[in-house]
Amino acid sequence: MAGSTAIELKNITKRFGSIVANKGVNLKVYEGEILSILGENGSGKTTLMNMIAGIYFPDEGHIYVRGQEAVIRSPRDAFDLGIGMIHQHFKLVDVFSAAENIVLGLDEKGRYDIRKVAQRVREISERYGFDIDPNKKIHEMSVSEKQTVEIVKVLYRGADILILDEPTAVLTPQETKKLFDVLRRMRDDGKSIIIITHKLHEVLSLSDRVAVLRRGEYVGEIETTKADEAMLTEMMVGKKISLNIARKEPQNPEERLVVRGISCISREGVKLLDDITFTARSGEILGIAGIAGSGQRELLEAIAGLQHLDKGEILYNNPKTKGVDNLRDKTPMQIRELGVRLSFVPEDRLGMGLVGSMDIVDNMMLRSYRGGHSLFVQRKEPKDLAQRIISELEVVTPNANTPVRRLSGGNVQKVLVGREIAAAPTVLMAAYPVRGLDINSSYMIYNLLSQQKENGVAVIFVGEDLDVLLELCDRILVIGGGRVTGIVDARSATKEQIGLLMTTTKTEAEQQ
Amino acid sequence: MTETTNHSKQHREPLVRISKRGDLIWWKAWLIRLAAIVLAMLVCAGLIVLITGYNPIEVYVSMFKGSFGSTRKVWITMQKTALLLCISLAVTPAFKMKFWNLGAEGQVLMGACATAGCMLAWGNKMPIGLLIPVMLIAAVAAGTIWALIPAVCRAKWGTNESLFTLMMNYVAMQIVSYCITFWENPIGSNTVGIINSATSSGWLPSMFGQKYLLNILVVALITILMYIYLKYSKHGYEIAVVGESQNTARYIGINVKKVIVRTVALSGALCGLAGLLLVAGTDHTISTNTVGGQGFTAIMVSWLAKFNPLVMALTSFLLIFLGRGAGEIATAFRLNESVSDILTGIILFFIIGCEFFVNYKVNFRPMHKEGK
Repeated sequence: MAGSTAIELKNITKRFGSIVANKGVNLKVYEGEILSILGENGSGKTTLMNMIAGIYFPDEGHIYVRGQEAVIRSPRDAFDLGIGMIHQHFKLVDVFSAAENIVLGLDEKGRYDIRKVAQRVREISERYGFDIDPNKKIHEMSVSEKQTVEIVKVLYRGADILILDEPTAVLTPQETKKLFDVLRRMRDDGKSIIIITHKLHEVLSLSDRVAVLRRGEYVGEIETTKADEAMLTEMMVGKKISLNIARKEPQNPEERLVVRGISCISREGVKLLDDITFTARSGEILGIAGIAGSGQRELLEAIAGLQHLDKGEILYNNPKTKGVDNLRDKTPMQIRELGVRLSFVPEDRLGMGLVGSMDIVDNMMLRSYRGGHSLFVQRKEPKDLAQRIISELEVVTPNANTPVRRLSGGNVQKVLVGREIAAAPTVLMAAYPVRGLDINSSYMIYNLLSQQKENGVAVIFVGEDLDVLLELCDRILVIGGGRVTGIVDARSATKEQIGLLMTTTKTEAEQQ
Repeated sequence: MTETTNHSKQHREPLVRISKRGDLIWWKAWLIRLAAIVLAMLVCAGLIVLITGYNPIEVYVSMFKGSFGSTRKVWITMQKTALLLCISLAVTPAFKMKFWNLGAEGQVLMGACATAGCMLAWGNKMPIGLLIPVMLIAAVAAGTIWALIPAVCRAKWGTNESLFTLMMNYVAMQIVSYCITFWENPIGSNTVGIINSATSSGWLPSMFGQKYLLNILVVALITILMYIYLKYSKHGYEIAVVGESQNTARYIGINVKKVIVRTVALSGALCGLAGLLLVAGTDHTISTNTVGGQGFTAIMVSWLAKFNPLVMALTSFLLIFLGRGAGEIATAFRLNESVSDILTGIILFFIIGCEFFVNYKVNFRPMHKEGK
C-alpha cells in the first residue's frame, strides 16, 4: 500500500556537546503511510524529527525528500518542502482566532481576507473530518481543539509530510480515537504521517510501520501487523521486561491521614476544593482520578502545607506517638517538626520538587541539609544517597554532579522520587509521577510505590491513566470540580464507571 | 498533488551554524578568554594608530604604568581593587538570591556618612580602641538599615526592589548633602575637608607603615569568608535555592521572607563596612560623590565573576586596572578622556563577549562539499 519514498534519512548524527542524541540513523518514510517512531525517553526521537522539521541541523548525514537531497535550515525551509511538525507544546496566540493563527506568519499573495481563510479551513476540516470553528478564539478552546488548530495550520500550508510529537499525551480516550480517525483519513489521502510516541497500544492500533530508536541509535523497524507489545518493548528497552504490577492485599491498614471537609476558595472566588473528605490508610495505595485541574494539585498542596484552607481539618495519626495532629494551615517546616514523615512528589518537578541548576547531590540535600547544629552543610551523606539512587534506579547521568536540568524527564523524576522515598515517609504523595516517562521508568515507579505500600506507607497517587490506576491502587477517589464524586474499590471498579464519575457535575454528586 | 510544485526549492547548507558546547575543559575556556584579551588589544592598537597616531605599544606601556608605575601607584591600585571588591562581595549574596539590589551606592554612602559622623562627633574625645568599634557599629548599622527598608517592603508587600533600592540612593545622597552643611570645614567651602587632619583620630591605623594594608587585609578576609559562606554554609545553600525557585524553597520548608530579609541585611551590612573603609581607611573625608558609582560597577564585577568571590578579586582588579590605565593615557598623551573610555569599552566588550564562545561552538560549512 505504501507509495514512493517521501523522506529518507541517511546516517544522521546529532550531538549536543558531549551528548550524542542521534548516531548514524537511517530511516525511510513512504507516502501514504503512518510510521510510529518508538523509543524510551532520551532515545532521540524528538531530536531526529526536529532535524526533519528544521529546528536542528544535523552534524552529519543527509536528508532526502522525495528522492532529492534537501538542506533544511529552518522550519520555513521544511514548510517549503511540505514538511510540518505539530509539537508537544502548542505555539498559538491565545487572543487570536483559529483562522488568524493559521495564517499567522504566512506571506500569501493578495489581500488579507480572513473570510477566505476561514473558508479554506472549513474545506480542509471537511476533507479530513476535523471539528473546528475557524472564528473561535484559542483561549476558549480545549486542549484537543488547540491541537486540531495546529494540525490544520500545517495542512493549510500544504504539508504532506506531518510529524506529530506525542499527540495523545494531552487527550482523553475519546479525543484520541477521533484524532486517530483523522490521521487514518489523511494517510488514505496519500500523506505521510510520522507519530512520535511511547504508548504501545497506540502504535499497534494506528500505525502501518514502527521504527524503534534506542539511545539515539536506530534499532530496527517492523510492520505493525507482525508486532506485539512484548516484542516492541524488547526492541525499545533492549531486554525483556515484565509489564505487570504486583498488587498485594493491604496489610493491617490503619487510618493514617483523615481529611475532613476541607474547602479552599481562590482569590477570584472560585472553589478550588469543596468539602473534601477521605481517609488514607497505611499499607494501601489511594488513587486520585479526575480531569486535569479538578483540584488534585490544591488537595496535595493543602496536605503538604502549601495551600491555605478556608475550612476543614487534616488529621494525621502518628504511628510512633499515637497522637493526632491537625496539619491544617501549618507550614511544611511546622509539619516536619511535628514528626510527620510526609513525602511529596509534586507535579512540577523542576519548578517545585527540585532545583534545576543544582546537581543531584545538592538536590538530595534539599530534604536533609538542616540536620545537625553545624553552620555548614554536610555533602557526604547526600552524595552517598545520590550515588545509591543513581545505581538503584538506573538514573542515566554523566555523574552525580550534573545539574538535574540536563537530565531527561524520566531521570529527573527518578531523582525526585528516589529522594522522597529515601526520607522514609509514612505518607507518600505523588502527583502524576509517570507523566512523560517511558515504559521502563513508569513501571519502575509503579513498583517503587507498591513497595512503599508493602512497607506500610500510606500512598496517595494522582494519576491520569485509568488502566494503571485500576491496576495499581487499592481504592480510587474520584474528584470533579474540586469535589469528591465517588470513592471506588479499584479491584472491582471499571474504567467506564470512573470515567462517568470524573464528569459528574456538582448537582449530580449531591443527589447521589 | 498540486502542492508539490513549490516543494522543489533547494537550499545550501548554512555557512555558519551555532551549537552548544558541552563542558569545556577549564584551560581551554581560559585560552579563549586570553585570546579575547589579545584580540581586544590588537583592535585597540589599530584604533590608537588610526585616531591618535601614537605608537600603540607606548600607549599600552603607559596604561600599565597607570597601575604599576610606582610603589605608591601599586598600593593605590590594590587599595582601590580591595574597595571595589568589598562592595562587589556585598551585593553578591543578594544577586545570587535574584534580589536585584541596585542600592549598594546608597548603602555604602550611608555607611560612609555614619563613619564620618562618628569621627567628627567623638574624634579626639574617645580612645581609639573605643572609637573604631563605635564607628564600625554605626557604619554597619547604617548600611543594614538602608538595605532593610526595601527588603522588608519586598517581603511584606511585594514591592519592586530594583526601583526601591535605586531611589534609596538618591535619598542617601541628599542626607549626606544635608550633613555636609553642618560639617563644613572651613565654613563656606561646602566641603567637609580632611576630618581630624591634625590628630588622625578615627583613621584606620597603618600596618607595617602601609596605610592601606589594613583595608586590603580586611577585604581579603571577607572574600574568603564570603566564598565559604556561599558555598558551604546552610545559609548559602538556602540563598541558592531561593534564588533558583521560590516554589521549591517553600515546598522544602524554607521561610522565604526570612531568607530574603536576612540576606539583604548581610548585603547592606557589608556595604556599610565598605563605607567605613572608604572614609576611615582612605579618604578621611566625605562628599556626595564619595562612592563615585562603585555601587554600580560592583554589580558588573559580581556578574562577570558569576558570583564567585575568588574570581571577583580578578574581575575587580581588571576593572580598576583598565580605569586607572585609561586615566593615565589621557594625561600622559594629553588625550581626550573619551579616547581612553573607548579603549576600556572595547576591551570590556571583548572580555564579556568571549563568554559566548566559551558556551557555544561556531561551525562553518565544510569546504569540500560537492560543488558546481
